[in-house]
Amino acid sequence: MSTSERVVAAIDQGTTSTRCLLFSRSGRMLAVAQREHRQHYPEPGRVEHDAEEIWRNVARVVPEALKRAGLGPENIVALGIANQRETTVIWNRHTGVPLARAITWQDTRTGPIVAGLVADGLTDLYSETSGFNPATYFAGPRLRWLLDHVPGAREGAEAGDVLFGTIESWLIWRLTRGVHVTDVTNASRTMLMDLRTLEWSPRLLEALDVPERMLPEIRSNAEVYGVCADVLPGVPVAGALGDQQAALVGQTCFAPGEVKCTYGTGAFLLKNTGPRIAGSAQGLIPTVGYLVGTEPVYALEGSIAMTGSLVQWFRDSLGMIDTAPQIETLAMTVPDNGGCYVVPAFSGLYAPHWRPGARGVIVGLTSYITRGHLARAVLEATAWQTREVVEAMNAESGIPVTRLKVDGGMTADHLLMQSVADVLDVPVERPLGSEAVSLGAAYVAGLAVGHWSDLEVLRANWHRAAMWRPDMASAVRERERENWARAVERSYDWVR
Amino acid sequence: MPGPIQSVERAATILRLLGGAGRPLALAELAAALDLPRPTVHGIVRTLREEGLVDQDHASALYRLGSGLFTLATGWDRHDLRSRAMNWADALAGGTGCAVYLAVPDGAVAGVVHHVFRPDGSPQTLHTNTDHPLHATAWGKCLLAFAPVSTPAPRDLELRRYTGRTASTLGMLEAHLSAARARGMATDVGEFESGAGGAAVPLRSGGGLTVAALGIAAPVEELFGGGGEPRPTQADQLRAAGREISALLGTIR
Repeated sequence: MSTSERVVAAIDQGTTSTRCLLFSRSGRMLAVAQREHRQHYPEPGRVEHDAEEIWRNVARVVPEALKRAGLGPENIVALGIANQRETTVIWNRHTGVPLARAITWQDTRTGPIVAGLVADGLTDLYSETSGFNPATYFAGPRLRWLLDHVPGAREGAEAGDVLFGTIESWLIWRLTRGVHVTDVTNASRTMLMDLRTLEWSPRLLEALDVPERMLPEIRSNAEVYGVCADVLPGVPVAGALGDQQAALVGQTCFAPGEVKCTYGTGAFLLKNTGPRIAGSAQGLIPTVGYLVGTEPVYALEGSIAMTGSLVQWFRDSLGMIDTAPQIETLAMTVPDNGGCYVVPAFSGLYAPHWRPGARGVIVGLTSYITRGHLARAVLEATAWQTREVVEAMNAESGIPVTRLKVDGGMTADHLLMQSVADVLDVPVERPLGSEAVSLGAAYVAGLAVGHWSDLEVLRANWHRAAMWRPDMASAVRERERENWARAVERSYDWVR
Repeated sequence: MPGPIQSVERAATILRLLGGAGRPLALAELAAALDLPRPTVHGIVRTLREEGLVDQDHASALYRLGSGLFTLATGWDRHDLRSRAMNWADALAGGTGCAVYLAVPDGAVAGVVHHVFRPDGSPQTLHTNTDHPLHATAWGKCLLAFAPVSTPAPRDLELRRYTGRTASTLGMLEAHLSAARARGMATDVGEFESGAGGAAVPLRSGGGLTVAALGIAAPVEELFGGGGEPRPTQADQLRAAGREISALLGTIR
């Protein structure tokens, strides 16, 4: 590789690992390096990360990726960041040391804080301003918890000595040695930002009693936030996005109505709604898709709690298979589900049902059912849940989804992708290179420094690697839809 | 009649020790259990590791059973293969501009386990889970040439003539397979479908056994130069991707 090569670096800071990927101008991945970090479970319902460990991993994976590509910092035109969303860090402005471990997005300790907001009658204020009802899912209540429980946090924040950030803020601050910013997509997941003005809302801050001076400045997704003083000296840090919004950009879903679904442990569907802020009916969440330039593009988000994790449960807890990909082998031993359905309401049902008292069920068991039928039912559960979210999105806007762009590890499962196409009755398309999250981060950073001229140029980088066409008789689809709906009903109200 | 081979006996004992210990073992523990000098035991475990039957943890240097043992009885699961090959298959399609196929022996045919579209935006149909003839496709001939135990003998195949270029006689097919073995790569110069070309290399698991074929497909004139040989730029990328995926097949999951 020539040393005049100009590439964009992306940091993908995820829930379990931190990766650095390098991309060429045509969007090809040139190298990747990865390090996992520890998950801390101090109590049931609590999940923490060591922000310092995450920073150390960033400082390691970036040079490793460069080494693999045979490149140096002089070859990097810009650095972009995609990150796990809603994970909350506070640190000392002078020493750079975190005051506590980061509280991650899976952590549910803020239940009482959220219940308090609801009891105080603030639900409407939040849904009108932030776009959604108070929930433990978001960063704001976690920040409040830290201010209430970490010694010195509140005093420090009020004195201007303690700073708050989601992971991208933390990393930008460390990389630049002191630039304190966040981007609109991450800020839209704090429950502290006004979704219309894209600024911190004084009323929401007051309701959670958060001092404004500890908050980062909200910036667009594609601009030079600062220049690296560490790791990649001299390279501009020029883009940041929450991971799911990064996948929306990486999949080049730039037109209103375009939808992507990332299939991982859970699944996340995001639909581009253009300049319009969608309603939050049926548990879908309106959010900022991206802000490149001056006009924000909004998105509607629907998530499925258990997709890949259901397959992991099937593998690890039931021991039905040795590896996750082998679920397809097992499912292919039978021609259909044999009348068996699995509803994975392991911790209740989310969008669009919102039944916290639901628990998982397996229905339709007869002596005829084999492990193969169960494997089919596990895969079909992901397909039907995808359909439920897509239907809720269609109902919200009236513009039906006509094709689904997919990415993530589960797209390796051919049978699952065919099932999704069959039950949605729309084509499902996978792009070449399944690194949509990292690619999105590289795209915004490259756009900011003029490496790419505009969003439309990026569309030419999207290449179809596979397309699954619907191949299911409508009568069968209707019968199966009805059976799935009846199975879902049977999961309701199990916990009393 | 000679007696048992001592080193094979010792290797079997080491595998039993690693399987029965319930935890990874250090070289010193293995040497003590066998009552042998450490260099002798090290030679055996190193060989077993190279065969994929033993795995060594990088950080602790402890030994445990390798992934090669789990696939010993059943061969590679085709969906595990696809999962491991997928990133490199995408990179190969992106780098060569060709469609990519991953195929495994499946009785008298080559089973297509994975198919990546040619990245040119043209309408294409997914061929995953379809069967391709062994004698008329690059990946089929690659399996015949490099996985002779898992595929039928050429003389037992029905050599259907798909195009004027199909190897439809035993002599022709044997010549194609010899050329493939010599080149390390099988080719298809419009033998299944007129004008459609292909090239394929073997994917080898731990121990060097061919478990699948990795192929690229494009119009004949794009894939082949004047002498009927695959163009070096594409052939080199195909070989490199084959090596990378093979390396992934030799390691523990």
